[in-house]
Amino acid sequence: MASATKPQSTASGVFFEGETARNTRGLLRIIILCTIAATAVASRLFSVIRFESIIHEFDPWFNFRATKYLVQNGFYDFWDWFDDRTWHPLGRVTGGTLYPGLMVTSGAIWHALRAISLPVDIRNICVLLAPGFSGLTAFASYLLTSELSDSPSAGLLAAIFMGIAPGYISRSVAGSYDNEAIAIFLLVFTFYLWIKAVKEGSVMWGAFAALFYGYMVSAWGGYVFITNLLPLHAFVLICMGRFSPRLYVSYTTWYALGTLASMQIPFVGFLPIRSSEHMSALGVFGLLQLVGFTDYIRQQLPSKQFQLLLRTLVLVIFVVAFGLLVLLTVSGTIAPWTGRFYSLWDTGYAKIHIPIIASVSEHQPTAWPAFFFDLNMLIWLFPAGVYMCFRSLKDEQVFVVIYAVLASYFAGVMVRLMLTLTPVVCIAAAMALSQILDTFLVAGEPAEPIEAPSTKTNDAKDKTVPGIPEVLRSTKGPLVGIYSYMSKAMITGAVTCYLLLFVMHCTWVTSNAYSSPSVVLASRLPDGSQHIIDDYREAYYWLRQNTKPDAKVMSWWDYGYQIGGMADRPTLVDNNTWNNTHIATVGKAMSSREEVSYPIMRQHEVDYVLVVFGGLLGYSGDDINKFLWMIRIAEGIWPDEVKERDFFTSRGEYRVDDEAPPAMKNSLMYKMSYYNFDKLFPAGQAQDRVRGSRLPAQGPELSTVEEAFTSENWIVRIYKVKDLDNLGRSHQDAGAFEKGNKKKKAGKRKGARVLRVD
Amino acid sequence: MAPKKNAAAGANSQSTSSSTPATNTPVSNKPSSTSTASRNASTNPQDIATGIWENYVNNTPQRVKLIDTFMLFLVIVGGLQFLYCILAGNYPFNAFLSGFSATVGQFVLTASLRIQTNSANAADFKQLSHERAFADFVFGSMILHFFCVNFIN
Repeated sequence: MASATKPQSTASGVFFEGETARNTRGLLRIIILCTIAATAVASRLFSVIRFESIIHEFDPWFNFRATKYLVQNGFYDFWDWFDDRTWHPLGRVTGGTLYPGLMVTSGAIWHALRAISLPVDIRNICVLLAPGFSGLTAFASYLLTSELSDSPSAGLLAAIFMGIAPGYISRSVAGSYDNEAIAIFLLVFTFYLWIKAVKEGSVMWGAFAALFYGYMVSAWGGYVFITNLLPLHAFVLICMGRFSPRLYVSYTTWYALGTLASMQIPFVGFLPIRSSEHMSALGVFGLLQLVGFTDYIRQQLPSKQFQLLLRTLVLVIFVVAFGLLVLLTVSGTIAPWTGRFYSLWDTGYAKIHIPIIASVSEHQPTAWPAFFFDLNMLIWLFPAGVYMCFRSLKDEQVFVVIYAVLASYFAGVMVRLMLTLTPVVCIAAAMALSQILDTFLVAGEPAEPIEAPSTKTNDAKDKTVPGIPEVLRSTKGPLVGIYSYMSKAMITGAVTCYLLLFVMHCTWVTSNAYSSPSVVLASRLPDGSQHIIDDYREAYYWLRQNTKPDAKVMSWWDYGYQIGGMADRPTLVDNNTWNNTHIATVGKAMSSREEVSYPIMRQHEVDYVLVVFGGLLGYSGDDINKFLWMIRIAEGIWPDEVKERDFFTSRGEYRVDDEAPPAMKNSLMYKMSYYNFDKLFPAGQAQDRVRGSRLPAQGPELSTVEEAFTSENWIVRIYKVKDLDNLGRSHQDAGAFEKGNKKKKAGKRKGARVLRVD
Repeated sequence: MAPKKNAAAGANSQSTSSSTPATNTPVSNKPSSTSTASRNASTNPQDIATGIWENYVNNTPQRVKLIDTFMLFLVIVGGLQFLYCILAGNYPFNAFLSGFSATVGQFVLTASLRIQTNSANAADFKQLSHERAFADFVFGSMILHFFCVNFIN
């Protein structure tokens, strides 16, 4: 990559002068950008090459299903879509509770390709959408960085960093058909338009920023980041005494149009004027009106004290508006902050109050190594880049500083927000690195100390900051420059090495960490060959082919979208998690004794129960490891019936072996996971490979459900819920009878009557 | 909002600058000759306000006055809508919201046009001709009204 940027900085050669130079540079620039886009796309194709063109993970399966619905039924049906195949028996108003941007984008691409007689399968469009947009993201970060830096190479460096940084690749490999796939492009491009608008004070750029902001709102819930960042930028500029008519024009245009645009999305609706997250934008809008008016009055009435007046006014109004906001929130007019946002400020909040948010792994706080893993050398170039912004602090550099501070904080709080940090890290790192390259890559020997090319950047800086104190200028008297080829070569070589290492690291991370579809697992056999574990699809296709089309499948919510997408069967709960009580019901059914679970399952018309079990293979993401969250979520609704404490041993351990507490051993989840598992091993030798513990010699027995299907490696196990007993016995009694045991007090217990009450 | 703002601005500048009373007292001499300090404070904001008004009437081009009239009209329409919302309830909330934001949005767009074409701000908008400013204004308004009509139900 370093070699790619060399022609830019050494453009002062013989062939690059005058009008030809500009053309040559422009052409080179376009070629380099195209190469970067191709690189960005290519590095995301590992998963397609290694596995196949398949949708990954969990959420993308829903997006894929929704896209298919959109393509088949048209836009208006999609808009009014009521989905009765999820959240049985409640259903979900899907059209009004999703961000439609992603589906509409791929639907539009599908129609466009058909219009030019290129009928491409919608699945392939969905799979390749994220890589395609990553190429655009690289281009957008080139534009943004070019606005921020004078250096010709900064934009290109930012583009290539953005193209291959693992922090962004993690959510945009081929098949990762999620909202983030297009949202990051929209984020960066909206910022570019905003910077452009502030720089030129143009209504047109402001309106474009608003349009792309609206597109962003339709695509990802993370739009709130923009909604708060732009007002903060405007507010900081006002507080720094940098209010200008340009700011007024750009901000008010963006806000007035952008808010209207965001309200067009049914899922957002009236939120922009109701919820606290959006109030800062409204507040700054009002503030700007006042400041603008004051500024106008000031022109009419020149007075030196006006600056002071302006600032006091800003402060007073800010305090008043903030007080009003608090008051309105307390009185309930404005919706209070949602749980996810509380957890942004207090990382412990979610764990205590909303286990369902804390249970998602991507909402956990970030571990330190993750920063280096995802951003490699960019993370230590990042502070240097921010420092460079301070050196020439114009309006747009202020934006980068604010963005850097906010995004660093949020990335530290939540793993998934690493995604919003990545663009600013790439930009700042590119600015720092381009400064180094511009200084050290100038091949020509400086003729005279006065015209030393190495000080060119310093001179440029002087021009942009006219108010630099005289003292500093005098200290610069002894002209500093790099003359020896030795030092130039050393620095350039070191930087090239770093860049090459960065590229290698990115490729390695992408290929090893982020290219697994997680629907299909890969493992290495002892001889080094690859072995594909395809249990999920095996089980889902079994469901698809062997059950009634309206057979309800109960599983933990993680698998809801996949069952809906791959098996096409109604589910009780899915990854949308809009109804905590319903999820808690499933959690209760899983964590209770069979006698308690069975009525719950009957009430919800459950036909099949699906559990994921990794004990045979050592697959750690299975349901027994997620079991504590089910218990916690169920306990949040029924504290009397489900108690987390009961599932630990007296010494506070979480065990599945002989010493497991009775609540654990009797829970439906435990029984379904380990049912018949001991038959695979010699007597008493059953071994759980995930927990690394030996299981009880006597395996659990099931009476209300029966095993229907177990996949090849036992990862997915499906159970059929038994119908009521023909003779009106409880299932326990019926089971005992089948085994030939004596019927004990069968006359007294009538299980069926208990059920009928429910 | 505007009058309050005006008063605040006037009050503060009066208390800090001593030159304005001296210039303004001959113009509006009628209140009283025996002006106490408190009386002086109450009249002078008024003087400043009239000063601003006269300054405005005399120094503003006719075109800009037209724009200002339009902005005033928008403020009044917006105020009426808001009043209606408070008095008669906000039942078709979509309709109220799009009507109100249409006036607000048009107001800021017009204000932007006014700022951009103001010769005092020429330093800030070097590359922006008046024609371009007007084209931008039309572009912004079209988007605004498209969204409003779409949102009105």
